[in-house]
Amino acid sequence: MLADLNALAALPEIVVLTAAASILLIDLFVSDDRRHVSYWLTQLTLLVAVCVTLTTLRLDAVRAYHDLVIDDMLADFLRIACFVAVSLILFYSRSYLVARGMFRGEVFVLMLFALLGMQVMITGNNLLTLYLGLELMSLSLYALVASRRDHAQSTEAAMKYFVLGALASGMLLYGMSMIYGTTGSLDLDHVARAIFTRQASPGLLMLGLVFVVAGLAFKLAVVPFHMWVPDVYEGAPTPVTVLIGTAPKVAAFAMALRLLSSGLQGVSFDWQGMLIVLSVLSMILGNLIAISQTNVKRMLAYSTIANMGYMLLGLLTANRYGYSAAMFYVVTYALTSLASFGIVMLLSREGFESDRLDDFKGLNRRSPWWAFIMLLVMFSLAGLPPTVGFYAKFMVIEAAINDGFVWLAVVAVMTSLIGAFYYLRIVKLMYFDDPVETLPIVVRGDTQLVLSVNGLLLLVLGILPQQLIGLCAIALTQSNFP
Amino acid sequence: MTPYLSLSIWVPIAAGLAVLGVGRDRDAAFARWIALTGAVAGFLVTIPLYAHFDTATSAMQFVEYASWIPRFGIHYHVGVDGISVLFILLNSLMTVLVVWAGWEVITTRVAQYMAAFLIMSGLMNGVFCALDGILFYVFFEAMLIPMYLIIGVWGGPNRVYAAMKFFLYTLLGSLLMLVALIYLYSVSESFEILEWYKVPLEMGAQIPLWIAFFLAFAVKVPMWPVHTWLPDAHVEAPTGGSVVLAAITLKIGAYGFVRFILPIVPDASRYLSGFVITLSLIAVVYIGFVALVQTDMKKLIAYSSISHMGFVTLGFFLYSQLGVEGALAQMLSHGFVSAAMFLCVGVMYDRMHSRQIADYGGVVNTMPKFAAFMMLFAMANAGLPGTSGFVGEFLVILAAVKADFWLGFAAAVTLILGAAYTLWMYKRVIFGPVANANVAKLTDIGRREFWLLTVLAVAVLGMGLWPKPLIDVMHVSVANLLQTVARSKL
Repeated sequence: MLADLNALAALPEIVVLTAAASILLIDLFVSDDRRHVSYWLTQLTLLVAVCVTLTTLRLDAVRAYHDLVIDDMLADFLRIACFVAVSLILFYSRSYLVARGMFRGEVFVLMLFALLGMQVMITGNNLLTLYLGLELMSLSLYALVASRRDHAQSTEAAMKYFVLGALASGMLLYGMSMIYGTTGSLDLDHVARAIFTRQASPGLLMLGLVFVVAGLAFKLAVVPFHMWVPDVYEGAPTPVTVLIGTAPKVAAFAMALRLLSSGLQGVSFDWQGMLIVLSVLSMILGNLIAISQTNVKRMLAYSTIANMGYMLLGLLTANRYGYSAAMFYVVTYALTSLASFGIVMLLSREGFESDRLDDFKGLNRRSPWWAFIMLLVMFSLAGLPPTVGFYAKFMVIEAAINDGFVWLAVVAVMTSLIGAFYYLRIVKLMYFDDPVETLPIVVRGDTQLVLSVNGLLLLVLGILPQQLIGLCAIALTQSNFP
Repeated sequence: MTPYLSLSIWVPIAAGLAVLGVGRDRDAAFARWIALTGAVAGFLVTIPLYAHFDTATSAMQFVEYASWIPRFGIHYHVGVDGISVLFILLNSLMTVLVVWAGWEVITTRVAQYMAAFLIMSGLMNGVFCALDGILFYVFFEAMLIPMYLIIGVWGGPNRVYAAMKFFLYTLLGSLLMLVALIYLYSVSESFEILEWYKVPLEMGAQIPLWIAFFLAFAVKVPMWPVHTWLPDAHVEAPTGGSVVLAAITLKIGAYGFVRFILPIVPDASRYLSGFVITLSLIAVVYIGFVALVQTDMKKLIAYSSISHMGFVTLGFFLYSQLGVEGALAQMLSHGFVSAAMFLCVGVMYDRMHSRQIADYGGVVNTMPKFAAFMMLFAMANAGLPGTSGFVGEFLVILAAVKADFWLGFAAAVTLILGAAYTLWMYKRVIFGPVANANVAKLTDIGRREFWLLTVLAVAVLGMGLWPKPLIDVMHVSVANLLQTVARSKL
């Protein structure tokens, strides 16, 4: 009985769930000044999860739990990306959390539950599994956004996020129910088959598709479903902001890929059109509105919107090359974004958020090293060689041109010119202006090390990207993507 | 075989990183010496490129070829022919001079300043010898980063505006080029530039490709009317930045014309050659007049650069051996002359902290040695026979007259204009009675400045009197280029 479940396929999920539950319990018995025990246990969990994923790595796709989940290279790769992302967030945010009285067990546990939700989104092979994963992630994130109870802006952001997020979930579920209604199955493989054999009613399927795409667009934060992003980014405590901005994007990408490609490839022509509109609007509006921001977190929020627009360029080609380009994009974007928020948290201290653009003034005088890392981050976001952001843009643009969308490529490069302006402005503030702050930057040793490696990785991957490009290509060849 | 080209790219970059790593502001002298050692080493490794260069073949030499990103067939493929090899030498020599020129002048963040120039030098060598489209693009774009910082950190009062304008302007052009490169890849399944010379392309594809490449390189050259970033960048940049911008960066734009535009889209180039010639003549004549009325010395030289670069694009689009060789000679000569002119202005600026012509007058009385050097460079800028400035301009005018008399006539006007604005400036600044107390207090050039200007003076005179060794290097490659360009791709 257990044998046909293929229970091992979900081992990383089991590990994270068990650990999250245990840490919740253990944390009850840990006194406030020994809270780092919970912290390190969380880090240990992530490490174990990475190891487990690596040891159960298989080249072929395994369906488990009666086809509810699928464990393929794509899932393994993206799960590891999420583990690493959450681990880095914990490293970067430790001092921040301590300074604001948020260094508490429930924060770690909620992060782990959010992570578990992402893992389910990444591995789901069934409409309901995917939906459950999404809800688990979202509910944990709503709670995390509100975790600074004494902070009005945080609470407001949490409310906004919750109301709009619930609406988006509703839309997604509504769309899924229509797809279920017309194809007669929740299983993505059955859905795909029903569409290819034309058993599904086209009208109902299309209606369902529209709602599903809208729900996904909300989670990916693309225009016109982006309204929540700037407020939530600004209002949430920075560690939560970076959590929302990185790993969930990876998971949402995986979910979009599962739904649109594994399930709805038969109507790819129709969702392609929708994604083109979403992509173009995001690239243009995201970049344009980012120019006028004075708050770093808001600016990065609009930058996320724009970047998800670029990522969609790869997804909308509806072929494996495009998917692997989009995957490369989303993974490297997460890496870059982690470093950017890492620096924001590094500059903050008790009672000082360091989230205004002017807080970056003269950083090169105060600390040439962190200014250099931020420089790498900004040029990577702008898509300039020799940073990894260049190859991310290069690959999605190549995918678009290869699929015949030269005009989309031109829109993409022109909007990235607009983007370059506000990324350059940060470099300008750091290098050309005189510092207003003169306090020394005090950073924990482990944070320094991890953040430096993270930053330098942007450069190293920018010079030698072939391994990561190869991994992204392999991850998609072994799965059931056309 | 020693990988001289890789050395010429990576030695300066490694030296730059080393300077960044060890240099702190308190031991600036240490950073300076490492930088100078790196720059000299970077120049020495390029000498074999000239010494072992085979002038009898147009094939790429010193080729290095290694797989880089197999997924897209991108290679680390470098090599030089007669067109590109001289620019690598020019660039590496300029790096030594620039490091040396900033020796005492730069006192804040010395290590970062030196490192920026060294890294920039390596990247520019990469641009000149890359034979893979993406490798070229990576160097081409990465180059913007150090230049942006050089202008913005060590520049004049309006440096932020100038740095932003420089960056966004040049990025605008190059981003469209990226689309063009990827489009060529989708047609040819290869990023090899030499493969692209052979790919058949319809006129409907050639024209958009031409426009994309043209925007990228015309902004860099810069051609009228996309030249407006240059005067700002030059005026605000520190002396070293101006020297590198004028001597090397502008050449990269012109180099793009011969490496990409002419051979890859030959039919579109022929079809649109009238357009380019018109723009070039406007640059030569109109910008010449604009230079005449400048009151800021650096701005005047910046406009004179645009005017001189107009000659280069004019020479390319005449489609004759004389024209192309003249244009290349003009590029080399302008590299020396503009560098020298900016250094001269820098010498005065370091003492007076003013670039306004009106603040000077009678400098010859207090700085006779300097006045003599500047005389030579001003003459070279005006294209006096016997100086390097004459060679290129003469060849291009000759080619222009052969193509069409009035074309040649219009181009020759520049000789008059060039002499007018350069010598008039020289007269107002150097000659006459001592204008004010500040000029009276000037001290003549020291040993460092003397040798700096001597190196350039030797280059300017040597190339003017005996240009044959340089022209010989280009000859076969240019002939081959013209053959490639003559073949239709339709």
